[in-house]
Amino acid sequence: MTHQDKKISRRFAMQCFAGVGGSFVLGFNLPVQAASYMPQPKVFADEINAFIEISTDNIVTIRVPHTEQGQGGMTSVCQLIAEELDVPWDNVRGVFADMNRQVNQDDDGDGKADLPFVSTFTAGSFLVRRQHPHLCAAGASARERLKQAAAEAWGVSRDTVTAKQGHLMSGSHMGSYGDFAVAAAGVTLAEEPKIKAYKDWWLMGTDVARMDVPEKVNGSAQYCIDVELDNMVYVAVKACPVPWGKLVSYDKTGVEARPGILGVVEFRATDGKRKVDHHQDAVAVVADSWYRAKTALDLITIKWDALEWGDVSDASYEAEARRLWDVEGELSVDELGDARAVIAGADSSKVVDGEYSRPFETHARMEPINATVWVQNGRVDIWSPMQNQATPITVVADELGMSTKTLHTNSVFLGGSFGGNGGGNTAVTRQAAAISKQFGRPAKVIWSREEDIAHDKQRPSHYIRLKASLGANGLPEAYVSNAVWFPYAAAARVGPANADATIKDMPYVIANRRHEKHDYDSHVPAATHRGPGVNANTFISEQFVDQMAIAGGWDPLDWRIEMSKDHKDSEPWQRVLKKVKEVCGFTTDLPKGTGMGLAMAKDHGTFAASVATVSVSKRGNLFVENISLVINAGYIINPRACIEQLNGAVHWETSHAITGGLQLKGGQFVNTNFDSYNLLRMKDSIPVDCHFANSEDQWWGGMGEPGGPPAPASIANAIYFATGKRVPSTPILSHDLSWS
Amino acid sequence: MGSLIFKEIELANFKRDVGVEKMILNLNVNGVSHEVDADPETPLLWVLREKLRLTGTKFGCGISQCGACSVHIDGQLKKSCSVNVATAVGRKIKTIEGLSADSTTAVQKAWVELTVPQCGYCQSGQIMAASALLDRSPNPSDSEIDSAMSGNLCRCGTYNSIRAGIHRAAEILKA
Repeated sequence: MTHQDKKISRRFAMQCFAGVGGSFVLGFNLPVQAASYMPQPKVFADEINAFIEISTDNIVTIRVPHTEQGQGGMTSVCQLIAEELDVPWDNVRGVFADMNRQVNQDDDGDGKADLPFVSTFTAGSFLVRRQHPHLCAAGASARERLKQAAAEAWGVSRDTVTAKQGHLMSGSHMGSYGDFAVAAAGVTLAEEPKIKAYKDWWLMGTDVARMDVPEKVNGSAQYCIDVELDNMVYVAVKACPVPWGKLVSYDKTGVEARPGILGVVEFRATDGKRKVDHHQDAVAVVADSWYRAKTALDLITIKWDALEWGDVSDASYEAEARRLWDVEGELSVDELGDARAVIAGADSSKVVDGEYSRPFETHARMEPINATVWVQNGRVDIWSPMQNQATPITVVADELGMSTKTLHTNSVFLGGSFGGNGGGNTAVTRQAAAISKQFGRPAKVIWSREEDIAHDKQRPSHYIRLKASLGANGLPEAYVSNAVWFPYAAAARVGPANADATIKDMPYVIANRRHEKHDYDSHVPAATHRGPGVNANTFISEQFVDQMAIAGGWDPLDWRIEMSKDHKDSEPWQRVLKKVKEVCGFTTDLPKGTGMGLAMAKDHGTFAASVATVSVSKRGNLFVENISLVINAGYIINPRACIEQLNGAVHWETSHAITGGLQLKGGQFVNTNFDSYNLLRMKDSIPVDCHFANSEDQWWGGMGEPGGPPAPASIANAIYFATGKRVPSTPILSHDLSWS
Repeated sequence: MGSLIFKEIELANFKRDVGVEKMILNLNVNGVSHEVDADPETPLLWVLREKLRLTGTKFGCGISQCGACSVHIDGQLKKSCSVNVATAVGRKIKTIEGLSADSTTAVQKAWVELTVPQCGYCQSGQIMAASALLDRSPNPSDSEIDSAMSGNLCRCGTYNSIRAGIHRAAEILKA
């Protein structure tokens, strides 16, 4: 076993196995590297605090309360704690934290959960920027308590004890952290230590290899879909293709007699229960293998009622959006000046306008939506790919009408997530719970890829009209936007996503501004999507910036420098744009058929600019030669992992912008597998180079999402310089880019 | 040979459907012979995952479009979601678990060195595809990589790391 193989602790697999005892029979495929503590002693003797255990052989086990979905979350949590604890990185192991404890632990008996892990939410690029204070504090507190324990044992003052790289020293006294871990668990400090300043970091800010990687090159990494339990039933499901439509009837003649089929089950939506994880009308087949279940399900003739949504389509939504553009909408932010009057009074040659749209997009995580639940007497086990692993406990408790006390999430790796609280935060987890309860066996529900795409929580479509007028210096003096989007009302107006995200927040100072929006209540469940709102709209707002700049005779880079110089975010933006000037070689002076484009967006606290270089053949074939990103995230703790995330975010966004696009017809999505929902492949991959211009000024930005939003707009702006054509909507390849 | 196997399978399947006996197929996976009870038309993917519990091979699309289920059959790269298990009888099947005992193939070493996987779900398939490419072309060009690897989707967007990983694996093979 190599050193790397040991980065994720296997110790807890043994504890799980012993704890569960005879109920786990031979063949149980234990998710070893990520097992939560099953029925556990609540506090281990060597637990210094909820996050940290140190064994006598000085192995530091860090309990990670966040998901590892490819973003390096496990490594980040360990890095933040190890930095303060001051232990050799080679001695650090990560395990997933026990979510039952997060939900139920109430040591002080006040009737409220103590939340020993503070936050278990993993989204919004929040992990490092929002959680670092308490994660670093957990490491710092443990370090000081180890020093105190050693001081008491040695009869010296804590001030004389140093703690470094797992060793404690005071004068001639020496010991290891492991020697004092149990004693430290009993220490209470009069005052908790402050966390370190940036200048004192030794581990943060350095390249650290993500600790989950070795498991992911040999097939041993476990995902929810991989749990195999003896006596398990496998379930295939089909919900009404039109979200929230009704199940009228179905003909299962002959299906139940097929080999291996254990039953046909129907699910019904409950009136008034319209959250994304609530049941929708669906038919499920339960069998002894998933393929048998799916094959049988496909033989069932099902009659659905699309209710009022049978005629809804992209075309009907576009018509509705165009109607609403002329209906006064809700103001997103306070109006500045009187933008409509200034534009109405401007000479028509000084008016710039644009109409843009983005279609619905889906997550299509590589791991299809699935969940496994095992309901036994006195205990329920859950495997659900949610980005908050405490949530499946509350969802299943609600579904089964049980207390959360005996419910346990078994945290494993997530096969992508990208927002929307993951693939378990759909009806799938309730479906698995209901079927396990009904059949008295562990139940694994897998949605086929078609079901996954049809019934994921989608990124809503956006339709936006923009109008500006330019002053004598060629810069805009008035700007009006009308944004319409189509989210599912109950679910979507959360977080940073909204109809005119990034437009109402643009970092440019314009004297007269008015931003109107309409939230159209669609039937399509909606969710965040790696850069929610900003990802859809930067494609629109930053093309319009280029429209304004070019109409006013300005270079697009100089325009952005000039227009952002008096904005409240001037410092971080000027830092980014100066770096763009230095490293990106941005120019508008390229031969026709080639072009460079610039775009920028603030997303999840991070400032990002993208410069794309494209070539477009006369026949209109697009080739994206390169993307340069300049990023200001305040601070970064792992440059290597940041570059990986930025690469990923660029390919995420450009996939949707260049080739993606869900198609809505008859109230349902019709391109629901990878033969019709087209995404970038290796042959389309884009070289990305990343440059950092971090302010390091007491604010932290995120990293999982912000690299993506400006990339498609920079490509579109480059296409304009190559061809003279604007790209009013996506997928970009649906437009004729030919030129002569 | 092939048609004979099919006739036997059809007969056995008929017997099983009428409740006479089980359907037993013999599969050689990663050098080990396994007897499995499965309908002959079942995609190999589901037999590997559910019967043999070799869950490194992933389900992604079921229609041969994403490559998450890639395995080698008699040394050829195949999408196991689209291979009936009956047609794999008598052939040598290799999955990600059988690539090496200790993650020491050139591709696996390069993947760890360059931390290629992010969520990792597609990476078994990526590694099987990259290994098949290097088996037939030990020092592939970028355009060979484009054509060999474009059947494998990655939603995390690790394509640039995969490309670098293949070039690194080629270097390791040369050394």
